[in-house]
Order: sequence, then C-alpha cells, then structure tokens
Amino acid sequence: MLSTKQKIGWTVVSVLVLVYALFPVLSILMTSFKSPADLNAGTFLPSKFVTENYEQIFVGDAKELFLPALRNSIGISLIATFIAVVLATLCAYAIARLDFPGKKLVLTTALMVSMFPVISIVTPLFNLWRQVGLYDTWLGLIIPYLSLTLPISIWTLAAFFQQIPWDLERAAQVDGATTWQAFRKVIVPLTLPGVFTTAIIAFFIAWNDFVYGIGLTSTSAARPVPAALAFFTGASQFEDPAGAISAAAIIVTIPVVLLVLAFQRQIVSGLTQGAVKG
Amino acid sequence: MAAITMEHLVKKYDDGFPAVNDISIDIADGEFLILVGPSGCGKSTLLRMVVGLEDITSGDLLINGERVNERQPRDRNLSMVFQNYALYPHLSVYENIAFPLRLAKGQFSEDEIDRKVREASATLDLDEHLERKPANLSGGQRQRVAMGRAIVRDADAFLFDEPLSNLDAKLRGQMRTEIAQLQRRMGITSLYVTHDQTEAMTLGDRVAVLKRGQLQQIASPRELYEQPVNLFVAGFIGAPSMNFIPARVDGAVFQTPIGDIEIPERVRERMGGAPEIVLLGLRPEHFEDAKFVDEAKAGHGTVFEAEFTHTEWLGNQQYGYIHYQQDETVQHKLNELAQELDADEMPAQVIVSLDASSRIRGGSTSKIWLDSRRMHVFNPETGENLTRDAEAGAELTREANEERKSEIERARQRDGARTSERRSGQTTRTGTADRDRAGAVGHDRAGTADGAGGSSSVR
Amino acid sequence: MSTTVDSRARAAAPEKPRKKKAQLSDRARSERKLGWLLAGPAFVIMLLVTLYPIVQALWDSLFSFRLTAPGDKEFVFLGNYATVLSDIVFWRDLGVTLLITVVTVLVELVLGLALALVMHSAIKATRGLLRTAILVPYGIITVVSAFAWFYAFDITTGYVNHWLSWLPMIGPDFNWFASAGPSLFVIMASEIWKTTPFISLLLLSGLAQVPGELSEAARVDGASSWQRLVRVILPNMKAAIMVAVVFRALDAFRIFDNVFIMTQGQYGTETLSLLAYRTSIGRLEIGLGSAISVILFICVMIIALVAIKVFKVDLTGGSGEGK
Repeated sequence: MLSTKQKIGWTVVSVLVLVYALFPVLSILMTSFKSPADLNAGTFLPSKFVTENYEQIFVGDAKELFLPALRNSIGISLIATFIAVVLATLCAYAIARLDFPGKKLVLTTALMVSMFPVISIVTPLFNLWRQVGLYDTWLGLIIPYLSLTLPISIWTLAAFFQQIPWDLERAAQVDGATTWQAFRKVIVPLTLPGVFTTAIIAFFIAWNDFVYGIGLTSTSAARPVPAALAFFTGASQFEDPAGAISAAAIIVTIPVVLLVLAFQRQIVSGLTQGAVKG
Repeated sequence: MAAITMEHLVKKYDDGFPAVNDISIDIADGEFLILVGPSGCGKSTLLRMVVGLEDITSGDLLINGERVNERQPRDRNLSMVFQNYALYPHLSVYENIAFPLRLAKGQFSEDEIDRKVREASATLDLDEHLERKPANLSGGQRQRVAMGRAIVRDADAFLFDEPLSNLDAKLRGQMRTEIAQLQRRMGITSLYVTHDQTEAMTLGDRVAVLKRGQLQQIASPRELYEQPVNLFVAGFIGAPSMNFIPARVDGAVFQTPIGDIEIPERVRERMGGAPEIVLLGLRPEHFEDAKFVDEAKAGHGTVFEAEFTHTEWLGNQQYGYIHYQQDETVQHKLNELAQELDADEMPAQVIVSLDASSRIRGGSTSKIWLDSRRMHVFNPETGENLTRDAEAGAELTREANEERKSEIERARQRDGARTSERRSGQTTRTGTADRDRAGAVGHDRAGTADGAGGSSSVR
Repeated sequence: MSTTVDSRARAAAPEKPRKKKAQLSDRARSERKLGWLLAGPAFVIMLLVTLYPIVQALWDSLFSFRLTAPGDKEFVFLGNYATVLSDIVFWRDLGVTLLITVVTVLVELVLGLALALVMHSAIKATRGLLRTAILVPYGIITVVSAFAWFYAFDITTGYVNHWLSWLPMIGPDFNWFASAGPSLFVIMASEIWKTTPFISLLLLSGLAQVPGELSEAARVDGASSWQRLVRVILPNMKAAIMVAVVFRALDAFRIFDNVFIMTQGQYGTETLSLLAYRTSIGRLEIGLGSAISVILFICVMIIALVAIKVFKVDLTGGSGEGK
C-alpha cells in the first residue's frame, strides 16, 4: 500500500515531468495570445488574451504565407507517408514472412539511410531539381521525404510483422476460409494496428522536416509550414512576427498533440520496436 | 543460524484484499519449513514478506527474537533462491556467486572472497563452470549457481521460492535430493515455497498448508497425511487425492452411494454432534481388491460390491475408478472445495488402489474391501475433521522433529569425518583414492573415530 | 542481451532453414522472386534518394562550380577539400557540432534514464499520464520547439530574464543570442527537450527487459538502490543504452533546425550542417558546398563505424527489436 510519503513523492515527480514536457508548449501558447503591446512586456502570461495573432494568419496579412504552407505541409506529408507505408508494408511483409537472399541487406540499407545526413542530400538535389524542374514542387519534396519516412516504416513494420502469429492465416484456411477471406478477416485485422502506428510515426517525421523544406522550395507553391515559419521573420509586412509565428506554431502542434493523446500506447510500442530515430 | 518467528502477519493490498491473513509460525533454528498451497494462497507473498521484498501491513516478524519488520532486505541477512534463479546475466558464474560478498564493501578481502566462492563451488560441483556465463548453463547448473550465491554469504536462513518449478521432472527429483542434503549438512534454517506436494512431503520437517492467505495446518508431512485438520488439507495432501463420499448415519452403518460401511468404534466415539450427512474421507490405499486381503486383516474392514468404470494399471500398482450418484446436498460444498484446490470440479467418483495383479477391469462388478479403521469423517458445512486425533498427530510431529535432530547430527559428524579424511589425504598425498573409498563405505565408523577432531573442523 | 540473438534467429529462421543453393524447389525459387518483388521497390527508392545524391555530391565536389557563374565550371580535383579543411571556420563549426553532440547526448542520456526509471517504477495510473506527457515534446516540430525556447529567452519577447534576474549574471538587458555560450545553451536546451523523450522510451524498453527478479535478488544479496542500478540494471541494458546513444549522436551531429531558427549560425554557433547549407544554397557555391556535404557524410559514417566496430553495437538487433 502506498504510504502518504510515497504518494507525495509521486505527485511531485509527476508534476515535475509534466512541467518539463508541457512548459515550452505552454510558453508558446501564451505568446500566441499576446497582443503586440504585450509581446515585449517580459511576462509569461499575456495581460489580456487576444486572438489577434490567429486572425492574422487565417484572414489577415500573414494568411498568404501561412495557409498555402499549411496546405503544402498536410498534402506533402500525407502523400509521402502513404507511399512510404505502402512500400514499407510490402517490404516488411517480405522480410518477416518470406525467405529470400538479401533480406539483411534491405534492413541494413534502411538503417544506413536513416542515419544519412539530410544536408548531404539537399545540396545535390537542389542543383538537380532546378535542372529537371522539380524545384519548388510537391513532388520535389515528396521524393526526398521518402528518405526520411521509408526506412523507419520498414523497421517498425518488420518488427510488428515478426510478432504476428501468421499460422492463424493457415488455421483460418483449414477452418474453411478462402485465401481472400483469410486475408481480410485474419491478416488485415492483425496487421492494421501496426500499419496505422507506423503511418503516425512516419507522418510525424515528414511533418517535422525543415531542411528539405527550406532547401528545395522558394515560394508558397510547395513550402511547408516549418520552412514558412522561418520566413515569417524576414517578411516586412508586419512589425513583430513573434505573435503570428506562435499562433501558426500552435496550429500545427494541435493535430500532433491530439494524435499523441489518442494513440500514445501504439506510438510508444512502434517507436521502441523500430528503434530507429523518429 | 536463526529462528524465524511470524506473529499475526497480515498483508493487505490497496484494494483491501488480504493476501496473507493473520499467520503465525515459529521456525526453529535449523528447521526446514515448507509453505504449500494452491496458487494464490499467499505463500509466495508470505515468503517475500519474510525476506523484505513486500511490506508487512501488520503483525511482527522476528529473526532471532529481533523485530525486523522495517528492515531493508539487505539488513536481514537472509539469502533467497528465486523461481527463475535471477542469475545476473552479465556476470560469470564466479562473479554471480561472489556478488553478495562484493556488495559488502570492505568486509571481505579478495582472498577471502576467492576462498568462499571456491568453497561454495566445490560444495555444489560448479568448479568447471566458474568462468562461464549463466546463459550457457543447463537448468540444473543454473539452479546450483543460485544456491551457490545463497550459501556463500553465511546467511541466517535460506528462502526458496518455487526453485524447482522450471526444471523437467527428472532433474527436479535430483535437485530436490541435493537441496535436502545440502540443508541437512549445513543445518541452516530454511523456508521453502512450493505448490508441488511431492517437494513438500519429501523436503519438509514441517509443512504449513495455506489457503487464501490463511494457515490451515502446520505439521510434519506424516501428520498432515494421517491427521489432517480439515477437508482442505485432506484433499490437498496426497496423490491421488483423498476420496470424499457423502454418508448418512444409520445406526451402526454409514449409508453411502457406493454401499453401506460399518462405523468403526473409534469413529463412533467422535461422532457426537455430527450432522445428519457427513463426508467420509477415504484414501485410495484404504481400499483393496477383496481377493487380495488376508483373513486376519479382512475383519477390520468392510467388504462391499462396486461397479468399476475403468482401471489404470501402472506396473507397480493399479487404480480402479468407481462412479456414483452424487448427493445434491454436498455437491456445492465439494465444488467449492474443488475450486479451492485449483480444480474445476469434484467428479462423483472414487479412486481405489488395487493390487497390481488384481484382475478387476472396467465394467465389472467386484468385491472390494475397505479398511474402515483409517477413515476420516468430515463435517461438510465446517469442513472440520471430526475423527482427527490431535494427540496422535502431535506425536507424529514430535517424532519427526527428533528424527530431524539426529539426522542433522549424523550429517555433521559425517561431514566432519569427510573433512578430516580430506585433510589427511592432502598431507600424506598417498592412497587418497583408497581412503576416499574407505571413507565412503565406513562413514559412521570414521565419524566416531574422528569424532572430536571432525566436529571441531565443522564451522 | 538475448534479443540480439532472438532477432537474428527470427530473421533467419522463418519458413524453412534450407540454405543449399543447388536444388532449390520451385516453391523456394518463387518465394525468392516474390520476396524481391515486394521488397524491391522500397529498396530501390531508398538507394535512389540517398546513393544517387551522395555520388552526385562526390562528383560536384571535384569541381569549382558556382551557380552564379555556371560557365566557370572547372575541374579542381581535391581543391575544394583543401579549401574547406584549411578554413578556420570549418574547424570552428566542427568543434561546435561536436560540442553540441557530446553535451546533448550526455545530458539526454542522464535525463532520459531518469525519466525512464520514473516511468518504469511509476504506479499504473501515473504511468499512462507520464508517458503521454513525455510524448508531447517528441511530437512537436523541432522548429516550433526552437521558436518556443527562442521567444522565452529573447531579449524583447522573453520573460526568462525577468525570472532569472536574481542571478548575478542576468539582468533585463542580458542578450542570450549575442554570443556563442548563451546561444548554444538555449540551442542545446531546445534540442535536449525535444529529443530526450525518444531516448527515454528506448531506455524504458531496455529497462523493461531486465527481469524484476534480478533487482529483487540484488536487494536480498545486500545491494543498495544505487548499487542495484549501477551493478545490475545498467549492465543488463547496455545494448539499449548503446543503441540509444548511437542513434542520438548521429542525429545530434546533423543538428540544423534549432541553430537556424535561433541564430542562423551567427556569433560562432554555426554547425557543419548549417555551413553546408549556407555554402551551397545560401551562396550557391555548389562545388564547395558538396565538399562539405561529403565531409559531413564521412563524419557520420565514421561515428557509425566506430560505434559498430569498437563498441560492438548491434544496431540491427539492439534494444528496439525486443519483444
């Protein structure tokens, strides 16, 4: 039974961890509600909560910068995630289920690609994309994003698939299911959680990209949010971009936090199974 | 060496469930006590309370008369063998055994550690494996390393938490013998948790039977077997287990579904206040094929006819199965008992032991004989054993106690003799093999001859 | 750790142990074919998006080539490397990068281990809450984290100066982003905040693989809680620790986002990634920038090789794979 001392101890520890994890988020959230006058007041809390900054990025001056970037980020990240998960599912299935030479090679390659310095890819692609016309396009980002999303998807899914009791597929067939039924009623329900978790993790990574975003785009045609945030600073149409940047940052953080809240268990197991950096 | 005293120990979890409920046990110095019971009876919890891995909710735990409730495990000076051995995978066998010594910083010099580890490894036959890692050892060897880590420390007592449950049947028997001999030789107080009644019966000086956190009976194995206090203990101890048959008292006989059984004198005396329907406790070996019972014995029991559903011939013995119609009034009590014993239900059948050459087969109706003198009668409501003879039981336990003492004494003498044998062998360096052989044959003589010198060399 | 063996066995064992090249059954042959058919596309794409660029970078790095004057492309062999390696800026940036790598990895390891221990021993109700909380930094975009820390410390928008005004060094006019030391401190704080959760989750899974019985046995054997941690638990999660350190070190070595947002590499805070970016994309010096990219790549490879060969870290088995 927990003694009072232990209870207090755990409460203190939990509060400390919560402060650690949430303080910077709270900090930027507060900044996003500050009026321009408050921004330089040197306080954590705004003196008055205003939505001015949010208006600015959705309907005001900064909307030209933010909304296309948001659209780009969502579109490019989703497509890159989708392609990576489809390819990785096939690949991981082969690794977990089939016996073929080169299995280890595929896994090692995935590992090495995930360790690759992104900046070393950007420089040559910057030049090449300009020549072939992929510079500042969605496709021009989706392709290099695969170098981020594909390796971790392969690792995570291979780990997931290796734990699936594949004999169930045969058992279902013995029980009278057709191959298709066995696939749909047994294999899909078994693999779906892993695939879904992998998709979330891959999406996080694509969503987080900054280097490709600023290196391979130049206009709002393809520039994703993180890169766009960096350019808010240089824009001259508003005085202090801190409020608008904070508001934009909060907008792109909300979906991630919601995903984390909803799927924390799956994300943890996916992350630790894949072991590859996220 | 130490005596361990548990006084009204209680362990309650957060939900208020008492895993251990008011248990008081005295373990004498050098005694081997077994905690046994079905899973979830609190036996492991109790052990962990003694060693200090679980907090004690209330009650007192005394080691050598000192209250140790609040002490950290490391301050209790007990050693423990875990179910999965808990060997440190990153350390060699040598370092595993040396681990407790190394933790006590500054207490032991390198030489002392080395000497103690080598002594333990010699005792346990681990000398060849000292440099290996636990992962490369067999189950039996791992078990011995765990024992080595326990004995190297001169702990006050050994605690065992189902140490043999991960071994296969054959190895389990062998390790059981080794543990028993080691304990006798070292004469160290031991507390051993198991759910295996063979281990309980063969190892223990006394056995404590637990049910749902409560102590049912604590006694020598023989007393438990012959004088159980209640239905639970009677049903738990013995394999195949005791048969429970409902019976109605009708004058001088018990009316039972398998036939009328004459009420023996001894039983009738104790039947005062018994309910109308009682449960008879009959062990399989109380029965016999009537053809194989000689005249002299036949008179002590009852002969009746029964139809066998099937028989099992096991070579050295034979079991016959008799089905009967269950009496509804006791059915629920028996089902309850079955659940307490970790079984699903209590089938309405009687298992009888038959002579291996008996020709009784399934489907036949044959005469069987029951030694009704040895029967037990239980109150189905309270589960109490109405025919228990407490005095006779106490006598059995007292005898066992004396046997243990003399056994330890003999073991020590023998050990002493062996030590001095070895010493003289080392000094003369000749004819060692002969001496060993002579020593092995004539332990006792060597023991008495060398008595004085021998015992002084024992620590 | 047995997981290494485990994963290998699992990777090699499934289906059939037959390895003979000679008589492959039709089934085995078609299985191989299907295997490559399924794994092939992913494999090829991974090679295309990494192998091609690095080869291209290697080639470009041998030329003096700037996009502002494309006509002046000239083969200079290792000239660019000589230029880079003789430039003090490169060595300063390498130093900054190494400093950030070493400090962040060490702090994250300690902090991550502490967090992992807290989550491991937390009671059930608290554990879920802590795990969710800890995942928040992991999910936050690095750039957002950088802005959050930047605005908190910034001389105009920040409040940290007011909070820390009791410290002798810090007044309301203290500019954190005007010199290397304080800037790097905030940069590393943001980096550590954002990535410690990942390390702590890896360590937590390593921790979960150390049987609780070992720790209990050590308690009975007489170990204090510190001794249990150092002598029993840590040695048994060595593989997990090494994997976490290697992954994080490789990651930290590539640090870019935080520095770019907070200082753009000014005041001596530039890292190698930033130098490569500034050279090739900022100044359009493709030849020189490629040389830096190649050097960065080689550095990462060296770190990985040292980890695998010297410290025998099995990245393909390691902590993650465990059940």
